[in-house]
Amino acid sequence: MNQSTTISPNDSKRRWGYARVSVVSLSLIALAVASLALRRVMIAKEWDSNDTWTVATAALAAMACALPGVFLVMRRQSMMGDALAHTTLPGIVVAFLIAHAMQQAGWISSATYDSWRHAAMFFGALVIGVVSAILTEWVQKLGRVEASAALGVVFTTLFAVGLLLIRLKADQVHIDPDCVLYGIIETTVMDTIPNADVPRAAVVNGLVLLANLLLVAIFFKELRISAFDPAISTAMGINAQAMHYALMAVTAATLVSAFESVGSILVIAMLIAPAATAHLLTDRLDHLIAISLTVAALSAFMGHLMAITLPAMVFTPLGYPEVVDTNTAGMMAVAAGGLFVVAALFGPRYGVVSKAIDQARLTQSIIAEDILGLLYRLEEESGTAALAINQLTAMIGGRTWPTYFAVRGLASSGDVATRGNNCELSDSGREKAKRLVRAHRLWESYMAKHFDLPADHLHETAALVEHFLGAELREELAAELEDTAEDPHGRLIPPEQG
Amino acid sequence: MIRSVLTQPSRSKIENEHPASSPLSIHDMTVAYHRKPVIWDIDYTAPQGKLVAIVGPNGAGKSTLISAVLDLVPKASGEVRVFGEEYHKQRNRVGYVPQRESVDWDFPVNALNVVAMGLYRKIGWCLPVMRRHRQTAMEALDRVGMADYAKRQISQLSGGQQQRVFLARALVQDADLYLMDEPFAGVDASTERAIVEILRELRERGKTTLVVHHDLQTVTEYFDHVLLLNMRLVATGPTSEVFTRENLRKTYGGKLALLDQVGHKMTLGESAR
Amino acid sequence: MNSVPTRIGFALVVVAVWFGNPSGAAAEPPHDTHPSRATARSLSRDRLEWPSWDDVTRTLLLRDYNTRIVAIGTTMLGVAAGIVGVFTLLRRRSLLGDVISHSTLPGIAIAFLVMEAIEPGGGKWLPGLLIGAWLAGLAGIVCTKLILRFTRIKEDAALAIVLSVFFGAGMALFKVVQDIPSGSQAGLNHFILGKTASMVLADVWIIAEVSLAIVVIIGLLYKEFTLLSFDDKFAASQGWPIFRLDLLLMLLVAGVTVIGLQSVGLLLVVAMLITPAAAARFWSDRLGRTTLIAALLGGSGAFCGVLISAMFPRLAAGPVIVLTGVCFFLVSMSFGVRRGVVVRVAMHRQLKAAVGRQHILRALFEFLEPQCNPTAPMSAQLVNHIVSASDLQPMRSWTPKRLRRLLRVAERSDFIAAVRAGGYRLTTRGAELAHRVVRNHRLWELYLIEYADIAPSHVDRDADDIEHLLAPDIVESLEQLLSQRYPHMTVPPSPHAIDATSELTT
Repeated sequence: MNQSTTISPNDSKRRWGYARVSVVSLSLIALAVASLALRRVMIAKEWDSNDTWTVATAALAAMACALPGVFLVMRRQSMMGDALAHTTLPGIVVAFLIAHAMQQAGWISSATYDSWRHAAMFFGALVIGVVSAILTEWVQKLGRVEASAALGVVFTTLFAVGLLLIRLKADQVHIDPDCVLYGIIETTVMDTIPNADVPRAAVVNGLVLLANLLLVAIFFKELRISAFDPAISTAMGINAQAMHYALMAVTAATLVSAFESVGSILVIAMLIAPAATAHLLTDRLDHLIAISLTVAALSAFMGHLMAITLPAMVFTPLGYPEVVDTNTAGMMAVAAGGLFVVAALFGPRYGVVSKAIDQARLTQSIIAEDILGLLYRLEEESGTAALAINQLTAMIGGRTWPTYFAVRGLASSGDVATRGNNCELSDSGREKAKRLVRAHRLWESYMAKHFDLPADHLHETAALVEHFLGAELREELAAELEDTAEDPHGRLIPPEQG
Repeated sequence: MIRSVLTQPSRSKIENEHPASSPLSIHDMTVAYHRKPVIWDIDYTAPQGKLVAIVGPNGAGKSTLISAVLDLVPKASGEVRVFGEEYHKQRNRVGYVPQRESVDWDFPVNALNVVAMGLYRKIGWCLPVMRRHRQTAMEALDRVGMADYAKRQISQLSGGQQQRVFLARALVQDADLYLMDEPFAGVDASTERAIVEILRELRERGKTTLVVHHDLQTVTEYFDHVLLLNMRLVATGPTSEVFTRENLRKTYGGKLALLDQVGHKMTLGESAR
Repeated sequence: MNSVPTRIGFALVVVAVWFGNPSGAAAEPPHDTHPSRATARSLSRDRLEWPSWDDVTRTLLLRDYNTRIVAIGTTMLGVAAGIVGVFTLLRRRSLLGDVISHSTLPGIAIAFLVMEAIEPGGGKWLPGLLIGAWLAGLAGIVCTKLILRFTRIKEDAALAIVLSVFFGAGMALFKVVQDIPSGSQAGLNHFILGKTASMVLADVWIIAEVSLAIVVIIGLLYKEFTLLSFDDKFAASQGWPIFRLDLLLMLLVAGVTVIGLQSVGLLLVVAMLITPAAAARFWSDRLGRTTLIAALLGGSGAFCGVLISAMFPRLAAGPVIVLTGVCFFLVSMSFGVRRGVVVRVAMHRQLKAAVGRQHILRALFEFLEPQCNPTAPMSAQLVNHIVSASDLQPMRSWTPKRLRRLLRVAERSDFIAAVRAGGYRLTTRGAELAHRVVRNHRLWELYLIEYADIAPSHVDRDADDIEHLLAPDIVESLEQLLSQRYPHMTVPPSPHAIDATSELTT
């Protein structure tokens, strides 16, 4: 059996090798940073139950947001999430005003007012989610305004309305604009539910997360198809438009529950960043969802940790001992961004670094193969071939050290034997070289047959393509050429075996 | 790194094969999107003063070929010479007509403004469009029979009229080599005739024109030369000799599956061993 | 109209207006004339208080030094934002403005900290803060471009991530600034939602300089930006440096954002970029005019917004400016003369009316045709016959109600005259028009039949005159063909049998 028939399994193994290496090394780095930070925390400040609850609440909020976020990212409507984060403000304010008016009118008692307020908040969010989507469509269609501009007009308008209302009716709606805009998770965890030591926000976010998980589980197929191809899903009887509105409503409701912890602008980070990070790591929707949930929880934890450690670490040496901690919500966004950058750099398949490593390996293997091919051709001409590294470099082109490493690699795998300074082909190397040269000449013959090219133009592409022709493709080429024995230059095409 | 394997053709060879007289010569050009080659090893020298049709099925790389000549997409390998020099040195001698769909026709400009865009390079940085430039643009519009529509907003023009405006924009450049991407797509019969008229007029004035063309029935009628393309150069030469049933079968008989497969392997960066 | 001198002149006028005012003004302390805005909101005042007549006149006549300052500064901002906005809108980069504005936040905080470190107490120096904001905005763009270049993440998600992460970093840094003794009074928070009351003369100077620079740059590169926005592929083929021009445009957007931080705040400044530009598009189909109108709408929207918020101290300027702009937008969208909804609806109705008129005239002609002598001129004979609605009913697939309405309209426009109850006769004018309509229609049909093999899909059926659509030689050959076949007729006979069903196919 030929070694190269197993390209794909080998290859996928290699990729998973990267994945494992990168995941392990990343976790090690994260652990190291975390333990350093934790030690710092232990010295400077106790990690009390408040911190735990802060992280728990933030994580639940972030995970609840990540779920609709996945679908926004897949549908390329992330900026709709941004718009919703702004437009929910007037939604809440109007809902509160209505609840207030109902209480004033005596329709609801003061006792139930508090629970009514929260119901009203969710309802307001659901409505405003759909309303913003519809308004955007109107401006877009009626005014023939480009989609993103229409979105911009609508969300800034609604947001401005919300800001004005909140200032005018502040004592009726009991909303602190700062809290809504920037989120004060540190104080929200103080607000616990009666008879238990659990923050109300944690319960709310947990319930929303559960509801979202349930929705995703029930409508998984529909969500997948409508995210993938709205036209097909409509043809199959799943109304993409209705799905769109439903997604907007659910997103808006989720955002509202997360507001109190994270703030209306920063929820965008929780909405989009985990999903985008996951998108860098996987192609499967179920994995995508799982990874974005993990990333969301991680960014909550890291965010809080950074918030209570980093400022002191940075600013005490700079002469500001007053600075001890910072805003957890802001740091959560930074942590989410950091995780995104890490995934973008070190993601196993799409990461910048992994791609660069792949590229370097490929280049290196091409050089090694070029050495084999060169030695084989020389042998073919003069019977034997033994060359020093500098000679090889000169004949292949490029720099010395890649050639040096390639020869080292070939020697260790036993394909090249070194005798003194010179290296020559071993038997196994000769076999490999033969296959390479066969690929090259088969390709040249193929090109000559199908292309309107003079013979001296054939070599360049063949010198590249030869490295990518596996056994199957070589077989196909040979079959296509009906067992031509010679290439267009009249050289013998080496047989596959023996 | 892969590129470096290919982008070092010996200098002397290139100079020999790019006669300065030829308006366009392409040597061994391969163009890849995301490492996957879409056109392979194109080797072509355009004849001076002829009308050349670029013909091939969808996805054959016709537009890519033009884009690569104009340096709009990077070349994986190969060389292009325009009148014996690199493209960026000869820009003033090349006129380009992009596909009509490539722009937003709702844009708030009128036909005359669009034609004047062909003069922007000549006008240079920061200087405004002067009366004489508008005069030149107006003459070009007149040549394509659109003088009456000069002040119309471009969305109010029919498809054929929009195409004529694009043509006028290229004419106003007064180039020696014209590259046109599907100027006949979606135009009415009278526009088609008008365009053919102009193409012939250009030929009479010694200009060379390469046109991506879809309508096989009119190739022999309109064009002197033809370039049959399907990921690779299938055939090229005078229409009467090259535009044969056999060559068309080769061009339209499906892509060469092997090219696709190898391209895919190269995209993944998977070495065979 | 949109030449460079005009633009520079315009900017100079703005500055000159401002120059006219400040005699002795510099000596006046920049105190806050609206104490209620400066203090925390009081719980007792939950109603919008209507200003007294005196307040209104004071504001409208710009008697208040502060209102004057704020109004001039914000108007200049509105003008610059309107102009830049047109190009970002046409380049389909509207939301990039949102990313830039959110990204400025960490820049402000870092600039404060750096300046504080260089010289304690010097952190509030506004130009420094704004430069920090500007650089951070640019960093936001660069990050977006990097994400798009090196990852598989699409533009929407890249924008959202950069926007929120930068904003988050900004929030975290703001908390740090708050904890620093000199930072708690720095009032950096005002940049988020804007606070016009904190604007002083020196700030207006900065706004004036930056706006002027933006207007001059756009004026100089007007042609280049037009080409970039319209057809970047062609621009690239001509050798224009597309990438650098794009970057320059983004620099200008960042500039607008930065000078808008004080009055509108970074959360809403993107509205100044999008709304006037989108509104101006309804008024003109020409770029020069669109740009001028956008500048006008942006400037006047900002001006009105400032005045309104000056009259109602409880209304913050930022949201009011945005909402004034939106009012302008809604008015433009409804009544804009080029693409406004009302105009488009009217045009649609006009078209429908024209089609209805043609239908009724053709029906009349086709009904009368068999009764006429084909060798004599048609028009003269047509007016002699009387037709009733029930005669016309089977000619087309129309409802009796619609037919009655069409007849009424035709009578009103003097194409037909009622001779007795339910009976109509074509007037001379109507007969001539009917003749022309039918001739066009039949030539058109013949063209489709004769030339269908040449260009079946290339016909534009919206045109009502065949001569406008087909080359004269084709029309001529068609007419020759017809006169050969039917030597006595100036109007070709219909090539198909006239009945209601044939109408559906043509």
